[in-house]
Amino acid sequence: MSAIIEVSKVSKSFGGVVANKDVSLSVDTGTITGLIGPNGSGKTTLFNSIVGYHPIDSGSIKFEGEEISTFPVQKIARRGLLRTFQQTRIYGAMNGVENMLISLPHRKMSIFDALKTFTREDYERADHLLEFVGLYEKRMLKSGDLSFGQQKLLEFAMALMNEPTCLLLDEPTAGINPTLINGLIERLKRANSEFGITLFVIEHNMRVIMNMAEKIYCLAHGELLAEGTPEAIQNDQRVIDAYLGAH
Amino acid sequence: MNKNKTILYALILAFSIIAPFAFPNYGTQLATLWLMIIVALTWDMTGGQMGYNSLGNIFFYGTGMYVAALITIGLSYDVGDYTSAAGGGIYEFTDLEYFGGMALGVIGAGLFCSACAIVIGFLTFGLRGPYFAIGTLGVAIAAGELVANWDWVGGGQGIALPVYPGDLDVGKTVFYFLFAGVGVATFLFCKWLYGTRFGAAINAIRDDEEKADAMGIHTLRYKLYTWAMAAFFVGMAGGISAFQLIHFEPLESAYQTINLGIFMVVCVLLGGKGTLWGPVVGAVLFHLFKEITWNYLLGWQWVALGALIVVTVVYFQDGVMGYLEHRYPEWFGIRVEKKAVSESK
Repeated sequence: MSAIIEVSKVSKSFGGVVANKDVSLSVDTGTITGLIGPNGSGKTTLFNSIVGYHPIDSGSIKFEGEEISTFPVQKIARRGLLRTFQQTRIYGAMNGVENMLISLPHRKMSIFDALKTFTREDYERADHLLEFVGLYEKRMLKSGDLSFGQQKLLEFAMALMNEPTCLLLDEPTAGINPTLINGLIERLKRANSEFGITLFVIEHNMRVIMNMAEKIYCLAHGELLAEGTPEAIQNDQRVIDAYLGAH
Repeated sequence: MNKNKTILYALILAFSIIAPFAFPNYGTQLATLWLMIIVALTWDMTGGQMGYNSLGNIFFYGTGMYVAALITIGLSYDVGDYTSAAGGGIYEFTDLEYFGGMALGVIGAGLFCSACAIVIGFLTFGLRGPYFAIGTLGVAIAAGELVANWDWVGGGQGIALPVYPGDLDVGKTVFYFLFAGVGVATFLFCKWLYGTRFGAAINAIRDDEEKADAMGIHTLRYKLYTWAMAAFFVGMAGGISAFQLIHFEPLESAYQTINLGIFMVVCVLLGGKGTLWGPVVGAVLFHLFKEITWNYLLGWQWVALGALIVVTVVYFQDGVMGYLEHRYPEWFGIRVEKKAVSESK
């Protein structure tokens, strides 16, 4: 299996704080890969580095074999590498359908395509994906009025609308109530198997990540601590120590 | 609903056509109302729909005036001689020179202003929020001062264009219909634009530009295009104003930052930012308010205007349309919808 994202020896520091140090990892095409680690271990920084949110200090990041570490955010997004935010970001003043329609991929859209109105297929696709995440009934409400969990689901649906090849999810289940989480795991897995989207997921909820991921990386203090299958990670003494605060 | 809308549009259009004949004494006032509608609608394209509050849109108005005038003069005479303070020559324009120059001048003004918007936008769209507002205001003020010191275009005394050839009352009506034509075109253009993917993309930039970036939207490109479109209509309106006013000078009538430059913002705030009808409603209300206070509260008119701005900004931020949307959400399609039976499987 080939790697869709290859991160090698990436370092990033903010002033004196070293957020990532020589991190190397790879995400295989078509898989679900997990990224765990205690708070402040540099998971979100690594995500931000991958999607071009800030420049990296050293190292290389490749997406589908192409070096992307110097690209701006939009260019990377148009390559099909998309992320969702830990602090959910949706367009609060618009309703669900509008949020979905805005998220149509601008990958191949020329200015003349952009000056067309939305087609019936666009609307159907939006409705279909809103139903997929269970927000169909609330699609005409201002999305800023939705609960936090619903906004997370909407953001996930918006990401799917963009037809990414790879999706970086920053804590998709944080703030979602436990009964909904099962449904969300199901949907994430279906997004992976049915739509063929590679998922790279930051997650604190061990039950969720152990159920989903085929491979898990663990960060601690900005460095890669361990990698392996969920079982191996679960039984890795270093990981347990990191989480229980042995440092 | 749809039928009612058609009737409403037809009524407004009919009134617009009849108005200058029904109220012949108010011809210039009605033309100015259309000017307000144009600048308010175009201000809202960036301010309301895209979230970039420009205080420099008046730059396009002033530049449009100068470009239209210079094209008209330049087609028939040497501009330097025409505007020379020491000249005193008499310049005649034939009907063809006047109307041909006006047509080319107004369209040229629109195109030139679009080009200016691309250049200025490239330099200023890195600024956000209040910084963008102040940055663009600086552009407009600087442009006024520069033009005022540029002798070739008449310097501080401005340019005097030829008077409308023929009956002046007919001229008033002609200018009314020029403004009304551009106004209707602007409205229809906005109505169409906001329904497209492009419209959705600039709304996305307004609501969360970082998210729009992360979703792969060409943010800078769309911002430039939007401002260029707005500048095109403002530039044309400026060009028509130049002929309507006959004489204009740089600081008070062309680059009038504290008059029209602020009025357009107040119109939009009053009517409701980010809505199609808000700028139109706001422009009508504002123009009425302005004419009433300027007539009956003379001496206190600026105080009244200031009070209106303060009250709008502090207590009535959403404007008329925003208030209606808040009060009657169902009019705007905000509802919880149950799944249709046929769709549920």
